[in-house]
Order: sequence, then C-alpha cells, then structure tokens
Amino acid sequence: MSTLEFTEREETFRLEARDWLAANNPGRLPSMDTAEGAAAHREWERTLASGRWSVVAWPEAYGGRDASLTEWVIFEEEYYLAGAPTRISQNGISLLAPIIFGHGTEAQKERYLRDMTDGTLVWAQAWSEPEAGSDLASLRATATRVDGGWRLNGQKTWSSRAPFADRGFGLFRSDPAAERHRGLTYFLFDLSADGVAVRPIDQLDGTPGFAEIFFDDVFVSDDDVLGGVGDGWKVAMSTAGNERGLSLRSPGRFCAAAERLVELYREEGLDKLDHRGSKVVDAWIGAEAYRLYTWGTVTHVEAGGSVGAEGSINKLWWSDLDLSLHETALDLLGADAELEGPWLDDYLFSLSGPIYAGTNQIQRNIVAERVLELPRGSQKGGAQ
Amino acid sequence: MRFGRTPEQHAFSEALDDLLTAADVVSASRAWSAGDHSPGLKLWQRLAELGVTGLLVPEDQDGLGASPVDLAVAFERLGYHGVPGPWIESVAVAPALLAGTSDSDILQRLASGEALVSVAHASRALDADVAERTYALNDRVGLTAPDSAGPPPSGSGGSTSASPALVEPGERQRAGVETNTAPSAILRHAVVGAQRRSVDPTRRLFDVTPGEEVAGGDAGPALDLGTLACSAMLHGAGLRLLDDSVAYVKQRTQFGRPIGEFQAVKHLLADVRVALDFAAPLVHNAAVELETEAPTAARSVSAAKVAAGDAAYLASRTALQVHGAIGYTREFDLSLWILKVRALVGAWGTPTEHRARILESLVEAR
Repeated sequence: MSTLEFTEREETFRLEARDWLAANNPGRLPSMDTAEGAAAHREWERTLASGRWSVVAWPEAYGGRDASLTEWVIFEEEYYLAGAPTRISQNGISLLAPIIFGHGTEAQKERYLRDMTDGTLVWAQAWSEPEAGSDLASLRATATRVDGGWRLNGQKTWSSRAPFADRGFGLFRSDPAAERHRGLTYFLFDLSADGVAVRPIDQLDGTPGFAEIFFDDVFVSDDDVLGGVGDGWKVAMSTAGNERGLSLRSPGRFCAAAERLVELYREEGLDKLDHRGSKVVDAWIGAEAYRLYTWGTVTHVEAGGSVGAEGSINKLWWSDLDLSLHETALDLLGADAELEGPWLDDYLFSLSGPIYAGTNQIQRNIVAERVLELPRGSQKGGAQ
Repeated sequence: MRFGRTPEQHAFSEALDDLLTAADVVSASRAWSAGDHSPGLKLWQRLAELGVTGLLVPEDQDGLGASPVDLAVAFERLGYHGVPGPWIESVAVAPALLAGTSDSDILQRLASGEALVSVAHASRALDADVAERTYALNDRVGLTAPDSAGPPPSGSGGSTSASPALVEPGERQRAGVETNTAPSAILRHAVVGAQRRSVDPTRRLFDVTPGEEVAGGDAGPALDLGTLACSAMLHGAGLRLLDDSVAYVKQRTQFGRPIGEFQAVKHLLADVRVALDFAAPLVHNAAVELETEAPTAARSVSAAKVAAGDAAYLASRTALQVHGAIGYTREFDLSLWILKVRALVGAWGTPTEHRARILESLVEAR
C-alpha cells in the first residue's frame, strides 16, 4: 500500500499521547527567555519526563520509549495540536544528544543524557562567532592543550538559550596550523565555570533569547571533548543535518498553526475567497505539503534510506512556510496585528527561520550544488 | 505506515520513460500541432500496449483496473515527455464518466487504444478532431445552465464563464446556475464546432454545442480524476523544465564560466526544486485519497492542482529566464513545455476555483 495508514500499535500510541497531553498540558507559558519563563519551562520538562514523553524516540534506558520514527512524528503532531509549550530542552535533545549517542563516550552518556531529559540541564548552542555566521569553518575561538585538558579562549555569539542555560556546546580551533575545517574540536563546557562571561542580547521580541559568551582561559577537561580531537567539523555537520532536517521542525507545528489560521479566518467572519482567503489556503496547502513530505521522508528513512542535502530543501520550505503563515495571520488581524499577542510572538520568532540553522542563501547553494549538481565555481559563498 | 510509490509503480514509471525517451515525442508534438496526427497516434498505440490507455478501465472490459496512484504515475511521465493528445479526457475521465451509461460500450476500445474520447470540461473540447466521441458536461464546468442546451458562450474569447461548483454558493447563485447539492453534472453528447487556438499549439480546441443527454453518468469522481491527471502532468512537465534548465546552465558559458556557477541562477533553480518536491506528495496523496475514497479527497485533489500548477509555472518561468532569448523561440523545444504548462494551469479548474473549493471545505469542516 502506498497510503497513510497506521498500525493499531501506532494508533494506540497516538491516543495515549493525546490523552496524556490533554490531562497535563499547561498551555502557553511565559517566554522561556525570561527568568520566570525558563523556570516554568524547566518545570514542564520535568512533567513531560515524569510521563516519559520528553524524549520518546530515545532508548528506554535513558528515559525514552524506544519509539519508532513514525511514532515520534505522531507524538509531535499531537504535541502541537494540543498547543503544548515550546521546548527549552530543544538544543540538548535535538542538537547535542544525537552527537552524544553517536560520538560520545559511555561516561558522557551517563553524565549528560538523563539530565537533559527532565530540564535539569539546559544547553546553550555556541556555534556562531562574530565574523562567522553560516561559515563555521572560519571559527577563531581557540582551545589550547594543557595538563589533563584544554584552555578555551575567544568569543561566541548568538548563543541561543545561553542567558538561562547551564552548559554549552560548540567548536573551538584546537590546531591553529590546520586548514579551515581541520583542527576544530567539539567541546562541552559549564557556563558557570571560571573565566566564562555571558552577556545576554535582546532579540527582536525583546527577550534575551541569545547571548555573547566570552572565554578567558576557561579550563575544560579531556572528558568534555566530544568526538575526537580535530574531528569537530565532522561532528558539527551531523548536528547541522539534524537541525535542518526532521528533528527541529516537525510538521505538527505548522499543521497546528494552519488549523489556528483557518479558525482565525472564520472568527473574523470571513468565509469566501478574497486575497486573504487565498493566503490562508496557500498556508494550509504549504503545511499539508510539509506534513505529507515528512511522511514520505519517514517512509524513506524507515526503509533504510538517509536524509542528506535534502535537509536543505526541507529547511527552505518550513522557514518560508512559517513566515507566510504568520504574516497571513497578522493580515487577518488588521490594525490589531501590532499589539502584543501570541500571533505576534510567533511571527517574530518565524522571522528568524530564514536566518538560523544556516541562512536560506546557504541552503539554496547546497540544493543547487549537491542536489542539482550545478558547478561550484570559484566564487565565494558556495556551500562548503 | 508507508507513504510513497511501490516498487511496481517505480518500474511502470521507468518503462514509460524508456519508451518515451526512445520515441521522438517532440516530432510527434510538432506534427500534432500542424494537424498531422499519425505519429502521435502511433505513440498512443505503443503506450496502449504498456497499458496506459486501459489503466482505469475495469478488468472485465479488458482494462487494468488500476488505481488512481498508477494513473498519477503515468501522467507524470506523459507530462515529462510532453506527449500530445486527449490523454486526460480518454484515460482519466472517460472510464469513470461512462461506466454505467449507455455509452459504456466504448470502454473496451478505449482500453485497447483504438478509440479516443474528448470531454468538454470548460466550454471547449480538446482534440475533438481525433476523438471518436465528444462529450459536454454542463455543471461545474461553466458550459451553460443545466436546462439550456444552447451554444456555449463564444465569441471574443472574453466571456469565459465561471465554474459554478468550484465557487461558493452565493457566487453560484449570482452566476445564474443551479445551486443545489453536490456536483451532478449532466452528461451530453457534443456537437463539435469551430476550432480555437490554444496558447499550447498541441492543444487543438473545439467549440462544442451540448446535444443529446447520456443517462447515468457520474461526473464528480470523473472530474476529480481528470484534475488529478492534470496535476500529475503539470508536475511532470515541471520536472522536465527543471532538468532541461539544469543541463543548459551547466554548458552555457558567459564571462568565461558556466552560468550555473552564478549564485543568482543557482538560487532560482533551487527554488524550483523545492516547489516541485513539495508538490509531489500532494499529488500522491490526492491519488491515494481518491483510491480510498477518503472524505477529504476532493479537497486534496484541489490542493494538488494548485501546488502542481504553481510549481510547474515557476519551473516554466525560471526555465525561460535561465535560457534567455533562445527559450523565447518556438524553434527551441523548451517552448513545448513552457506553453503546455500555461495551458494546463487553467485547465480542469483554475487555481482560483480550486482555492475556493479548498477554503469552502476548510471553513465548513470547523
């Protein structure tokens, strides 16, 4: 069969998730990028973990349910349809954990995985530097060998979650003589360690969603090197793939927003096709396409396939879709669209989609060069 | 859970590719435009041998009794290779439209590829000059009001009538068409009139006058199958336009470099790829829902038509842009796809009509 039919086990899983969410979902919380909101979100992570819903696809030994990819997507659909809060653990669960599972030592798994499933350890992403945006290979922050570990120096910026997080992960140049990609090492570090200074930066929405991090001879032991010394690039690329592809932006998020958009259209007393109606329809089609595309990807992956540069196609779609969904909602709200509210909050967040996880310009280069196989050429700005 | 084509469907697609790549489809198209049907009909016969013409004809009438998903697989390839002729009408629409009617006697010969049929969905019938029978539908197709058998609005190309069932009820009333219930088109034989010129020269269109009624036809599913086939054909044409564009920008040099090295060109083509990749699952899903008779099938067909039309149109505009002036000529084969896409975007329901149908369904579903 070529249809979207789920097994009895999968349907049971869906209902279990739906029931649990209906009973436990706290709804919209204050922004996680405020002290009050961060505390509330950590509390929600604890609740999720207590029901074993925080990392459904993980092994049971680490608090998961060993859920299949299909079940994970089902859970995400239910999560967003329920209107449950955004996840403060996203960086850890989606970006760092796959690397720890894939490249980490047993000790690192023991030390970090369980604590990120219940909000005990919140992680900040520390990849970007001043002067280095999507071009991670040009990173300059350094790691210098010392007895039993390394000394980190330099600066990171646009580090999401850093103002209220516990630990960070990022790349440092451990071999200054090596060429661009080589000589980078992936480090885990404590944000409260001696020599670390965090300066919050207010985002467009007014909350300190990211920060600069300054490193002044910060000691990190060998235990906190993730993957091999000098292998940081390889490791980081596998997380970039996760971020652009399936793991960060599940279809449930957009389907739920499209549902709310149709509801808003109806609430505004509109029911026939005018230019706003067309935009609502196109947003709905876009979310539906994303949902179906994702099921196609799940089918492909469960049959043993993998997601490579296609992740860039995915990222271009969801980031543009998210923006147009929310622009359409603001259009429907009319003059009230400028007033603070959930649609405006989500709109401001959607503005970041085409920028983070590799700008959409970089994604288009990747699609052109790796999927369409167009020549790379000598010009700057090509995908590396 | 499985969402995608089966190995058999992949194999069918490849078999069609092999046949059509070896055939000189472009020459057949150009001959068809000029009124010489013989190479196109030869191609029709060869595709019939692969089972394409009998896909939706029941097995007891010598067809394959295949699924709408198989239909979409075939029409994607027909679009990719730019095959001319009344394929949507004969292969996607006619079997469902004529089953159970007094005209069902033609199904066996449709399946074998001996007979071609045309159906006027929006006032005009495609390739009526090669069709053994031509039909007219009068609801949801904007021919005329149900009980009027008068000639369709003709003349200076302007008065394209609305497609009543695809617009919301109030609009239908204003258009002076019956508003009752779901599509219940009346199927009639058509008297073929003057030929009209399409933007796509391979589409030979004819005015029709509705004639004698054919009892018992069910137009709803038939029209959705036609729309699905049109969507798949658009998607296929879009894929071809992208492939040809990619090949061209790799070999065309300017300023001493292949133009495919320029970021502006890369980004245009990447956007086409994204649009086509996200139209594909909508087309597949529409086919699956027609197969399983899902309650949302009609809406899904409309979503497929809108998305495939938008993606193919973007592909055609981009193909023209990256080819430059050579793409703007008829001597260059690219024109066959550029013009076909423009015609198909408006065929089997315009984007506006399909968006209206989707909106109506979404708002009602609350």
